Amino acid sequence: MKTKIFTGMLASAALALSASTASAATLDDVKAKGFVQCGVSTGLSGFSAPNDAGEWSGIDVEYCRGVAAAVFGDPSKVKFTALTAKERFTALQSGEIDILSRNTTWTMSRDTQLGLNFAGVNYYDGQGFMVRKALGLNSALELSGASVCVQTGTTTELNLTDYFKANNMEYKPVVFEKLEEVNAAYAANRCDVYTTDASGLYSIRLTLDNPDEHTVLPEIISKEPLGPVVRQGDDQWFNIAKWTHIAMVNAEELGVTSENVDLEKDSENPNIKRLLGTEGNFGESIGLDAEWAYNIIKTVGNYGEVFDRTVGAGSPLKIERGRNALWTDGGLQYGPPIR
Amino acid sequence: MNNDSNAQSSKASLLYDPVARSIFFQCLTVAIVAWLVYAGINNAITNLEKANVASGFGFLSDRSGFDVSQSLIEYTNDSSYLRAFYVGLTNTLLVSALGIFFATIIGFAVGIGRLSQNYLIRKICMVYVELLRNIPLLLQLLFWYKAVLGVLPNVRDAMQVGNIYLSNRGLAIPKFIPEAGASTIFWAFVVGIIATFVVAKWAKKRQMKTGQQFPTILVGFGLVLGLPLLALIVLGFPFVIENPELGGFNFRGGSVVLPEFVALLLGLALYTAAFIAEIVRSGILAVSKGQTEAAYALGIRPNITMRKVIVPQAMRVVIPPLTSQYLNLTKNSSLAVAIGYPDLVAIFSGTVLNQTGQAVEVVLMTMLVYLFLSLVTSTFMNWFNSRVSLVER
Repeated sequence: MKTKIFTGMLASAALALSASTASAATLDDVKAKGFVQCGVSTGLSGFSAPNDAGEWSGIDVEYCRGVAAAVFGDPSKVKFTALTAKERFTALQSGEIDILSRNTTWTMSRDTQLGLNFAGVNYYDGQGFMVRKALGLNSALELSGASVCVQTGTTTELNLTDYFKANNMEYKPVVFEKLEEVNAAYAANRCDVYTTDASGLYSIRLTLDNPDEHTVLPEIISKEPLGPVVRQGDDQWFNIAKWTHIAMVNAEELGVTSENVDLEKDSENPNIKRLLGTEGNFGESIGLDAEWAYNIIKTVGNYGEVFDRTVGAGSPLKIERGRNALWTDGGLQYGPPIR
Repeated sequence: MNNDSNAQSSKASLLYDPVARSIFFQCLTVAIVAWLVYAGINNAITNLEKANVASGFGFLSDRSGFDVSQSLIEYTNDSSYLRAFYVGLTNTLLVSALGIFFATIIGFAVGIGRLSQNYLIRKICMVYVELLRNIPLLLQLLFWYKAVLGVLPNVRDAMQVGNIYLSNRGLAIPKFIPEAGASTIFWAFVVGIIATFVVAKWAKKRQMKTGQQFPTILVGFGLVLGLPLLALIVLGFPFVIENPELGGFNFRGGSVVLPEFVALLLGLALYTAAFIAEIVRSGILAVSKGQTEAAYALGIRPNITMRKVIVPQAMRVVIPPLTSQYLNLTKNSSLAVAIGYPDLVAIFSGTVLNQTGQAVEVVLMTMLVYLFLSLVTSTFMNWFNSRVSLVER
């Protein structure tokens, strides 16, 4: 009898194991638990870092708030999981998080081999080098023989190898798992060069004791399209992730902001009408209500607003729009039409 | 009638036979365990397939494409992931072996020091043990790393002694590049060790027969150090010396001992030594005072009493927990990841796992390596334990 109970327990445990894989309908799971679980970095200011009040802030964080607003109409219904570069994909694959918004570079191998889907690009970045001004360097081509601090498990590590190899230069890697460890090692002069995405370098430079003693070299050695990631096999959730970003970009293009969105609701412009759900049933087609985009824009803002207050002119980082400007302004941010 | 009752009793005996029952339940247990393992593996494979995650060990032969700061074997970014695995493995073995060596020496010294007649030595050793074994190892490693980096000067103001330079980029030392014939020196060293064993055996035999003692330790030292030295002189120093020179950003040429390595070795050795010290102390105290008194009564000198009477008996108590400490040290070396030393965990289940995304395979391989290392260590220590254990007659 006892054995029978024991076997029964084992069998049910095994069933529970196989049932724990991420099932297809992420949206239903999210609605059932009442919040979106979003994976972010362990602290990269401008992208995802806790602010003075202990709340997460940054462009990646705002994106997740946008998803929460689209699903629930409430941007606060999101919980954040801080992940290292090493942990991020496993956390998403295993279903620990619903969406990964952690300055993650879109590459072919990640998109195809890991069972993941990239839902767009919310920041066009490129890898750069930061050095101490005292070294008197003008170009990354003068870096031969240098010690380079880098974070493990990033595309950065591979680009670094390729760049030095292509230019017949030597270097000594100093590799850490956590961003804070890399920062500390660079600050302690363990290495001459700090390499990561250029936006990251600007953000890290501000955290150093004397930001003015450091400079970012002009070379950008790679393409780093950073964007949100979801699991493969759930097209509905993939669509929500994609169109949250697109809605924010299109809102900026159409001049709809968090402040004028209520006025724009009466607009006669059919593009705005479709975006804000007063015409058509686009919300329904991705499993949300008609006001999904209105909620994003009302509570979080359009792409331009978010960019400005997290990394742009309205933030300490003061990064220019550059490639992240709208296509109408010569940038790369281009939202497919809602129709 | 008679037959019938016989058949009945044999039937009953099979059901109530303790041997048959225990075999049945053991088979059942094995079957359940086997089924669990099968279900687990099957579950993992199905789930990976369902999630469209690539699986299998084919990735091991792909090009790694990243560099490593310290490698004992030849490795470039064109090497395979498997090669990177070996680099991590050898780095782990290096720091573990050296850690065990230094932890044993420091541990024995401190352990004996705690039993010293001298008040100052006794108290210093006590403070050492209580301080180091009560602070988490990770914090100690971070402390040593910060201390090493913080105290040492910048690479351009490196401290210099002869051709040796010390800076926060590590210890740059001249590199001896062997020329033809250099391997003879290594073989002379091996011959020296073997010869020492032979001499020790002969000396013991002679002492058993005639009672005469032989200075085995002195002769052993002479053989192990003297023979390679002799070979070195005879061959006319078959090495080219490559001195480190400051060029551009770093030292070029020579060998560099990384500060991460030093910090990790210091942390591991000092931490484990504190535990070994307590084990040694308990081992010595476990030998009853009567043994010492009996040895003295026989007229044996204190020095020899310690070596021939106390220590051999203490070892029985010391070896098993000492084995655990060696295993702990090897496993703790995986904390290297926190301070940037490229050990197995940092390279393989860090960088490689990330670049390939093959989490299940990579973590499995890493776990098997640690399991294998631990089993080898404990097999050796068990063998050693059976050698020093009390022979009961």
